[in-house]
Amino acid sequence: MSVIVAENISKKYIIDHQRKNGSSGLRDIVSETVNKLFRKQEKNGFTEKEEFWALQDVNFSIDKGDRIGIVGHNGAGKSTLLKILSRITEPTTGQIKIDGRIASLLEVGTGFHPELTGRENIFLNGAILGMSKGEIRESFDAIVDFAGVEKFLDTPVKRYSSGMYVRLGFAIAAHLNPEILIVDEVLAVGDTEFQKKCLGKMRDVSESGRTLLFVSHNLTAIQALCNKSFYFEKGRLIDQGDTTHIVTNYLSKVSHKSLEKHWDNIESAPGNDQVRVKSFKLFPEYQDDLTHIDVRTPINFQFEFWNMVEGASLNLSMHLYTFTGECIFNVGTQAENFSKGLVSGTCEIPGNFLNDGSYVVSMMIVKDTSTVLYNMEEALVFDIEDYRENVTWYGKWPGYIRPQLNFSIRQTEHVVND
Amino acid sequence: MANQHSITIKAGGSEKDYWKDLWLHKQLLWILSKRDLSVRYKQTLLGVAWSVLRPVMTMTVMVFVYSYVAKLKADPGIPYPLMVLGGLTIWTFFANTFTQISNSILINHNLVSKVYFPRLLMPLSSVAVGFVDFLITFGIYIVVTIFFQTPISWQIVFLPCFILLTFITSMGFGLFFAALNVRFRDIGQLIPFMVQVGMYVCPVAYPSSLVKGTWYEKYYNLNPLVGIIDGFRWCLLGSKSYFNPQSLYSTVITSSIILVISLIYFRKKEKTFVDHI
Repeated sequence: MSVIVAENISKKYIIDHQRKNGSSGLRDIVSETVNKLFRKQEKNGFTEKEEFWALQDVNFSIDKGDRIGIVGHNGAGKSTLLKILSRITEPTTGQIKIDGRIASLLEVGTGFHPELTGRENIFLNGAILGMSKGEIRESFDAIVDFAGVEKFLDTPVKRYSSGMYVRLGFAIAAHLNPEILIVDEVLAVGDTEFQKKCLGKMRDVSESGRTLLFVSHNLTAIQALCNKSFYFEKGRLIDQGDTTHIVTNYLSKVSHKSLEKHWDNIESAPGNDQVRVKSFKLFPEYQDDLTHIDVRTPINFQFEFWNMVEGASLNLSMHLYTFTGECIFNVGTQAENFSKGLVSGTCEIPGNFLNDGSYVVSMMIVKDTSTVLYNMEEALVFDIEDYRENVTWYGKWPGYIRPQLNFSIRQTEHVVND
Repeated sequence: MANQHSITIKAGGSEKDYWKDLWLHKQLLWILSKRDLSVRYKQTLLGVAWSVLRPVMTMTVMVFVYSYVAKLKADPGIPYPLMVLGGLTIWTFFANTFTQISNSILINHNLVSKVYFPRLLMPLSSVAVGFVDFLITFGIYIVVTIFFQTPISWQIVFLPCFILLTFITSMGFGLFFAALNVRFRDIGQLIPFMVQVGMYVCPVAYPSSLVKGTWYEKYYNLNPLVGIIDGFRWCLLGSKSYFNPQSLYSTVITSSIILVISLIYFRKKEKTFVDHI
């Protein structure tokens, strides 16, 4: 039975492109109107209005008990959809029928007042989220227990640590008992311990037959929680179905960032009069039927360049950086003497070595092991996706690398009970 | 399965169930009002005493300036301080609620962008603080009455009508500015100025019998606050206090019209608050 049926949902925003920054004040509007009055023929000079469709023709139906993951890039329309479903904003066209009590958690601790105590804020926030006073009183102890703030119940929340604040906020939301729960990226906040608690609570919600809509960039969490998924791109719902299928589809589209660069013409190729780059390519050795790189995938690099100096002693040096610019490693080849012509270098990063994340590779051609002839910075960019087995923890795996080492435990003594 | 929580979301769809929704959220109204009241004097030394100090000090200054310096007189048989305090009580109630209603949406902007409820709850709940202040000021008025040994008139039974009228008027003006304030922050600058000017335009420091018989009397009476303030004093001080019933008619008509227009405007703009806030 469908609990949510959406038909032709579209949402249009009008964007003002202004010459000045900031929100348009009364003065701007007045001067604009005056301008218009006196110079009718002139084109609207002050603000250029542009239509922007945040959502276009979205149709779907969600059955009772479904756990829907929503994936897509920033700006794909995920948040707009949640806002429409939570009735914060209305769609421009179309309609959605919702059958059941709906609660949405777009932010942790919405409406918390810093001056009020934890106790007062539980009642305030609960009421804002749509709980009745009786319901709040019923689950009051459970909320306090879940958040772990017993000692600070009568302290104003402005004195709370950010962790306590978030825990209390989530605890209240977690004890809402809606038939349909909408959750936006709330896991981005809080420590790993807390994330674990949140995900556990959300699994309880879904296992008790209630309907869940979950937006997250944490694909592992989506795969763990959701049985179906929606894939949004540029305001359109471009694919929906089984989560594994959608996530694979999504990843195969986002992963190929710039896995290959090549130049056929030696004249226009990057470099100088001594060396010129022909190509730099990345070949993932996909496992199973994967079409994206995950932490298990070995990655091969192939780098080709034209050497234009007879007998040059050259070697290659490759840097791997995280997306935020920390260097993970630098490896170099042995130096060798080359004659004029094409030179090729290869490198392999084994599977089960790098952690999930985005990486940037740069390649250097070095002469006489000391002079950099050419440095190809940020030559390739690639993503490694998360993959785990037999793990019930879904927080971000810490560290730059995630090697599989010989690490084991065994029982070394048995205590025999009398 | 028919479900009491079934809803349909569509463009303009919230219209139908708006008032029902508002009723369903009455508990939230109460909680938001309570929140505003309880945070009012947090981290102040004097706390609630401020609600007493402010009107007493304003009255003292006004009595000194207008009565002793400017030699303004109340209607015959009425002590000037009582007249000022009476006018001040109801005027402050209007000014406070009007200001709070006008700012209510902006102050609660974090709620507007994250949860749904009928937005009318915010202006409605913001009245609570002004009303409690009004009750306190009214208490002071009673004390001052005893001091001047002026009997309270039987007409006090009409007092609730004038309080209701004040509420309607402040809602009427406030809702309009609350909606406009979301779009144009200029309103935030304008409101304190309007309140300041309003106090001179309205018969707070002087009786409106001074206006009687002038050519501008009929325009003066168009101001809905004139009927309210005069009527309020009439309830407390009896017939000795000047009260032109004509100003009351204009209050009822003007205020009702303004309220209806503001309500329509507010309801129309309410849906796009989140896009502008």
